[in-house]
Amino acid sequence: MIEIKNVSKWFGDFQVLTDVNETIQRGQTVVICGPSGSGKSTLLRCVNGLEPYQEGEIVVDGTSLSDPRTNLYKLRENIGMVFQRFELYPHMTALQNITLAPMKVRKWPRQKARQKAMELLERVGIPDKAATYPANLSGGQQQRVAIARSLAMEPRYMMFDEPTSALDPEMIKEVLDVMIDLAKEGMTMLCVTHEMGFAREVADEIIFMDFGKIVERGTYETFFKNPKSERAKEFLKQIL
Amino acid sequence: MFEAVTRNITFLMGGFLVTLELTFFALLGGIFLGALVGLGRISRRPWIYYPVTIYVNFLRNIPLILVIFWFYFVMPIIAGRPLDPFLSAVISFIIFEATYFGEIFRAGYQSISKDLSAAAFSTGMTYGQTARYILVPIAFRRMLPSLITQSIVTFQDTSLAFVIGLQEFVRRTSIVDNLEVRSIQLFGFVAVVFFIFCFIGSRISRHFEEKGRRTGLL
Repeated sequence: MIEIKNVSKWFGDFQVLTDVNETIQRGQTVVICGPSGSGKSTLLRCVNGLEPYQEGEIVVDGTSLSDPRTNLYKLRENIGMVFQRFELYPHMTALQNITLAPMKVRKWPRQKARQKAMELLERVGIPDKAATYPANLSGGQQQRVAIARSLAMEPRYMMFDEPTSALDPEMIKEVLDVMIDLAKEGMTMLCVTHEMGFAREVADEIIFMDFGKIVERGTYETFFKNPKSERAKEFLKQIL
Repeated sequence: MFEAVTRNITFLMGGFLVTLELTFFALLGGIFLGALVGLGRISRRPWIYYPVTIYVNFLRNIPLILVIFWFYFVMPIIAGRPLDPFLSAVISFIIFEATYFGEIFRAGYQSISKDLSAAAFSTGMTYGQTARYILVPIAFRRMLPSLITQSIVTFQDTSLAFVIGLQEFVRRTSIVDNLEVRSIQLFGFVAVVFFIFCFIGSRISRHFEEKGRRTGLL
């Protein structure tokens, strides 16, 4: 369970998060949407300790990130993260991208890490690309390798930061399909995305953020069909 | 026409070998230390950043020949015994060249997006692991042309070690010249040898530059 309690964050004088509250239960998929600059990505980065926050508390499986004794490296082993621009290691093949962390962090023997990596490449549909470098993969393929890289650590949570917004339209589906399967298999997910199809299919809750605040929350039906706030109505008009 | 060179070729080449050895160790240490210095220069911890930055700026603003001199004459006072000129030269070069390699690595690290290291951190890798497996290898590959160019400069700089009496290529040539008095011929030969090596080096640098552009790593 991830508990976000009254979290506020500033970049200098600029407040990027204001009193954010949210609880993500195991097995849930939560979709975060909102205009750019509304603090969605920052919120994700606070959850796995990539960014500090100044007020409130984030607790992951009983471990508080506010506690200076918390080992953030250890915490991140259990929270996978997928980025908008894939961020694959350009000097390594797809397979090496996936096996690196299990071998170095989990200390798995090479054979075990490779076997796991091949299973994951199979699962995301590109086992034939194991020996290919990121520069020779399409955007959709790169993003699927990135998802496999996160899954290789066998995380309890997965966070996605606009995973399809840098992709050509025809590649979006191949990435979303992988994410939908993952959600249906029971992975706990926190996704920043504007993909309504994805939200309809798997989201247990949708959060709408604007200016660092959660303005509205609901299910697919209540949020997309009947937004309450003016701000959400306006936003939805633009993305639909 | 080249009799002064041919008559002393073994002695001269012995000196050239010292030059190559000096270059080898200077580069080995200089690039390794440079990779760490570069990390220090992008560190957000003041107690790492400031000492490293002072070290880099200090050494980059004094002539190499002074560093070699100073190290050779001051070290015996600290160590309590005279230092072997070769060892003294190697250490001076490592300390000096690491500041130049460090700045090349710093530029390389800064060319890597913040999210790439965030991706590595998000898989549970520590800063040390991220530096070792991601930052340093990528910076090294991206900056390879600049690193080779600086290596050529280092190779040329090694001739300055003659000031502490190290019998490298230039020193031995001047010893021969004192006997033979054939300065134009002898130093012309030295220039040709340096030119050939440096020219080959710069072609290699070019090759990696084009290769980097093709593979999308640059």
